[in-house]
Amino acid sequence: MQTFDLEAQGLRQLNATLHAQANDTNQTAWEVINPRGSHAIAVGLDAPIEVTVKGSTGYYCGGMNKQATINVHGSVGPGVAENMMSGTVVIEGDASQYAGATGHGGTLVIKGNASSRCGISMKGIDIVVHGNIGHMSAFMAQSGHLVVCGDAGEALGDSLYEAKIFVRGSVRSLGADCIEKEMRPEHIDALRGLLERGGCDAKPEEFRRYGSARQLYTFNIDNAY
Amino acid sequence: MKDDNTHGAPRTVPIQSATFTNPINAEIRRAAATGIYDIRGGGAKRKVPHFDDLLFLGASISRYPLEGYRERCDTSVTLGTRHASKPIELDIPVTIAGMSFGALSGPAKEALGRGATLAGTSTTTGDGGMTEEERGHSDKLVYQYLPSRYGMNPDDLRRCDAIEIVVGQGAKPGGGGMLLGQKISDRVAEMRNLPKGIDQRSACRHPDWTGPDDLEIKILELREITGWEKPIYIKIGGSRPYFDTTLAVKAGADVVVLDGMQGGTAATQDVFIENVGQPILACIREAVRALQDMGMHREVQLIVSGGVRTGADVAKCMAMGADAVAIGTAALIALGDNDPRWEAEYNALGTTAGAYDDWHEGNDPAGITTQDPELMARFDPVEGGRRLNNYLKVMTLEAQTIARACGKSHLHNLEPEDLCALTLEAAAMAKIPLAGTDWYPGKPGAGY
Repeated sequence: MQTFDLEAQGLRQLNATLHAQANDTNQTAWEVINPRGSHAIAVGLDAPIEVTVKGSTGYYCGGMNKQATINVHGSVGPGVAENMMSGTVVIEGDASQYAGATGHGGTLVIKGNASSRCGISMKGIDIVVHGNIGHMSAFMAQSGHLVVCGDAGEALGDSLYEAKIFVRGSVRSLGADCIEKEMRPEHIDALRGLLERGGCDAKPEEFRRYGSARQLYTFNIDNAY
Repeated sequence: MKDDNTHGAPRTVPIQSATFTNPINAEIRRAAATGIYDIRGGGAKRKVPHFDDLLFLGASISRYPLEGYRERCDTSVTLGTRHASKPIELDIPVTIAGMSFGALSGPAKEALGRGATLAGTSTTTGDGGMTEEERGHSDKLVYQYLPSRYGMNPDDLRRCDAIEIVVGQGAKPGGGGMLLGQKISDRVAEMRNLPKGIDQRSACRHPDWTGPDDLEIKILELREITGWEKPIYIKIGGSRPYFDTTLAVKAGADVVVLDGMQGGTAATQDVFIENVGQPILACIREAVRALQDMGMHREVQLIVSGGVRTGADVAKCMAMGADAVAIGTAALIALGDNDPRWEAEYNALGTTAGAYDDWHEGNDPAGITTQDPELMARFDPVEGGRRLNNYLKVMTLEAQTIARACGKSHLHNLEPEDLCALTLEAAAMAKIPLAGTDWYPGKPGAGY
């Protein structure tokens, strides 16, 4: 285990050090101490390493991650794992706005709650939230899965494309073109796998599925506003 | 004898309303028939005060000219000197603006890269990501970071030469984009992670930041991902150039890209294009003033766009304080867009060469703004690149000719004092004295 003191060594040195780790590095386990809410911690990683952040972070922790596994033993600010391509990001605490925004791949697990716009414009990422999510989550979400073990706020899945949403609790309201859909066996199976990856013991049968009504896919007078 | 109320007197001639013109009436009828507004490509077509309303004064007894062909007049520009460890060095201050793969064909993007590279300048990706054609043929490639984030990935971020965060666009400040299903081929759909054939919306605001404070942190993230190597541009539409330039610089921009309402778009509502935003002439001096007020003029470079067509336009932008210009529509015309050779086909589409703007429909006879394989095959990217290079060379020679006539050994030495304005409107917007006077409306100390 390599320990990196962020307060003493600085952000630039941290990211440069982590970027220097190649696919065949022997230094696969890293611990970041004293994050103190810093922004852009462990961004742009591209190696199969495991980074554990001991404390809470600011904006964009794990942004554009590829391959790496990032664990945050605290809460995270806005845009955690934004545009993630692959790998895994696990947050032990809560996440602020835009968690997993535009993510193309990989898995984001939030063991607490996520604020508004969770999964906004997601493009293939899988997000598992153990708690609740805020309003406008999965706005314009294109593909991937958003699993919510708690409740969802207003306008869930507004202007949704092909992302799939599973919510166990209540949904305050659905956004434009988002509808509840039948939970078929293949969805139960997919959800079971997602819950396992997310370290969540909830039963897939307790969830409801939401997706796009696909009524906004063609520009016409009814959606031309 | 039959009664004649006119008694043989002349009749009042029919008068066409200046308010309800034939084009306006036709649009009312079209709206009444279809129930939907008009979508088109391009920039504002209405007549607005523009570079044509400015003139250079040239040399005189008090200003010493340089010899037209022989004396040195440099055109180089370095972009991104503020924070980036690898600024972009260009031979000429005319860059190619961002245009998307999707809106344009792959060969058209390749041609832009080829032409820009031959001319020693940069080209820019667009909404939809970076293509191999474009990267492979562009010596200097600026990678746009757009609200949609279509195709955005860290690998392309690292292999670009600069990053342009798009906040606004001159044709539609405050608006998003639309790529209609006709142009969503398998390849375009895959790059954008969306189903083939559906109409694709490009968001109007970024999904993971709001406001200049967030933007500052977003820039920090992008710099950290790319090792602080890449210049970071911020592109803004011509809305509030003084404040937007100030905030962009405050957020950490290396370069500000300012786009006026004549700047083109692939597709948006005509009512938006023609009624939102300001002419570029009204924006340049305000952006320069913002940079000067912060002591950042020339340290943060300013690229302006929106209706730049000639070397004279380039020189006028330089004289007003810009470091470089960007061209989009003009570059497409150089490639062959709206060429009269396709007139019969334009007619068949209900339009004419020079007026064709339904780029979003994907039926471009010139094979440039399309994804149709047969139409695309009409366009030769090598020939297109040659034409673009020629055009860029001519623009540069024209700008040098004017600069030498003003006694300037570098295009950047041109200054507002070299200009006069032909109209009150242009004088007021550009803060350039009306021809024959030393006054412009709003001039400090003028008393009126």
